[in-house]
Amino acid sequence: MSTAELVNHKPGRNYLLSVVAILASIVVFVIPFAFIVLTAVKDRQQAALLDFSWPHQLRIVQNFVEVIQARDYMLVIAYINSTILTVASVTGMVVLAAMAGFVLQRRRSRWNPFINFLVLSGLIIPPAVVPTIWVLQRLGLFRTMSGLILIEIAFGLSFCILLFRAFVATIPRELDEAAVIDGAGPLRLFFQVIFPLLRSVIVTVVVVQSVAVFNDFVNPLYFLPGDQNATVQLTLYNFQSQFTTQYNLLFMNILLITIPPLIMFLFFNRQIVAGMTSGAVKG
Amino acid sequence: MRTYTPYKYWFYLPTAVIYGVLFVIPTFASFYYSLTRWSLFESKFIGLENFKLFFSEPQLVKGFTNTLIFAFVTSGSKVVLGLMLAVLLTSRVIGRTYLRSVVFFPVLASTIGVGIMFTVLMNPERGLINGALSVIGIEGPGWLTDPKYALLSVALVDVWKGVGLATLIYIAGIVSIPREYLEAARVDGAGAWETFRRIVLPLSRPATVTVIILSLIGGLRSFELIWLMTRGGPGFTSDVIASVIYKQYQAGFYGLSTAGNVVLFLVVTAIILPLSWFLNRKEVDM
Repeated sequence: MSTAELVNHKPGRNYLLSVVAILASIVVFVIPFAFIVLTAVKDRQQAALLDFSWPHQLRIVQNFVEVIQARDYMLVIAYINSTILTVASVTGMVVLAAMAGFVLQRRRSRWNPFINFLVLSGLIIPPAVVPTIWVLQRLGLFRTMSGLILIEIAFGLSFCILLFRAFVATIPRELDEAAVIDGAGPLRLFFQVIFPLLRSVIVTVVVVQSVAVFNDFVNPLYFLPGDQNATVQLTLYNFQSQFTTQYNLLFMNILLITIPPLIMFLFFNRQIVAGMTSGAVKG
Repeated sequence: MRTYTPYKYWFYLPTAVIYGVLFVIPTFASFYYSLTRWSLFESKFIGLENFKLFFSEPQLVKGFTNTLIFAFVTSGSKVVLGLMLAVLLTSRVIGRTYLRSVVFFPVLASTIGVGIMFTVLMNPERGLINGALSVIGIEGPGWLTDPKYALLSVALVDVWKGVGLATLIYIAGIVSIPREYLEAARVDGAGAWETFRRIVLPLSRPATVTVIILSLIGGLRSFELIWLMTRGGPGFTSDVIASVIYKQYQAGFYGLSTAGNVVLFLVVTAIILPLSWFLNRKEVDM
């Protein structure tokens, strides 16, 4: 007997409940997304009606081209910016957090409670906006891509360290000892022995944080203002006022920036679930 | 002689530098600069003036109360709906994989995209939601334009987008309940409701704790949806602390903006720390 049956006490399937659930899911979740897709391929007049109807003419290609070309190919630039931001910051997070999580788990010292406290603070405390800008300005990093990359790393580290620390605990210490006896130094031990073993948790961290950084709106808004620097989320924000009469283009833009997370979702569903529920069972 | 260890403290160094410079220092600096009138280049110490202003200007006080309302409404809804959906999605309904996917996908979708979409759907005259309501004879309200509903409408969208994560956490919790307990309950003749009440609910407590803490932290800090859908309006009726921080920053009142940050910091820690202590204290007797 499956857990499901034990919880629900129904020997068979509950057809009525299933039908209600599926209908409700269509109204609540599917129709809004279908609305985005339909509006994105309508012509301008029909899109302005904001109704849920089949497009008179399918303008998939024209709307796509128009959105791409708007404001001197701003969306293309934004895609490049977002890609650089996501790849660089997630790479940084993974390497730094794995190193920190590794030592934090392996080396017990009186500093550990303090370090754990700092890590948890990063999850709870809202970052202080203006003082961060002030620090960035002092360093000459305000309004620069490198500055924003470092910000994303700093704000994402806590979550990654927690995942890495938990996973390192499952790797037997004997492995470290064997590597040390074979003459591996600290760096070789970490990068050649431990790091490859972290693969599954690395995939989880990469997927979850890529989606988070790609979807991030607040940090680019504060720390990297300016049209030339726009990330994809900011194009949508900037287009919102410009496109009030061109809902078809606005929704085509939404569609285009929803595709990368959708692809991640389709291919890495399991890893995303693993990352996001890591705190649920143990508490 | 000290024994050799391959676990070097300098592994912390790059993390410590980035985290220290870009997170810890600004956090400490915020305590000082919240007490000043500040232009980024020079600051003048004015004591608690910013905080006095924060708690005397009606629009700033509104932001404070709205933050609490928003956080508790969204967090409570996510706990209740998340648990209900998780029970449903661990049962033998047809199309379970499909249902899990559609409930969870909004979590990954762009918040800005979702916000724009719902702004359009909630349009009072032409929006799809009021259009559908009028078919069944209900005149829908001005979701985002009526001061009574604006904040709650945004909260509704936040729940729509976030409930998938709560559901996922609950599913993980329910699936990890040892089968023996469920089997024993069944042998003892417990019905579906009793099993839920006596077994599933208490044993998914760690999941509940996670959902409450995560959604409260998110709710207290939330900014994107509110800023995008209402700009804190109409008037300042749906402002929250995070949107006040942004407005004061835009207006150039850096000291006041930072004071907002400190207030937010205090609100978050004053709620989350005792709550997580309280919730984690009482372990379930198994």
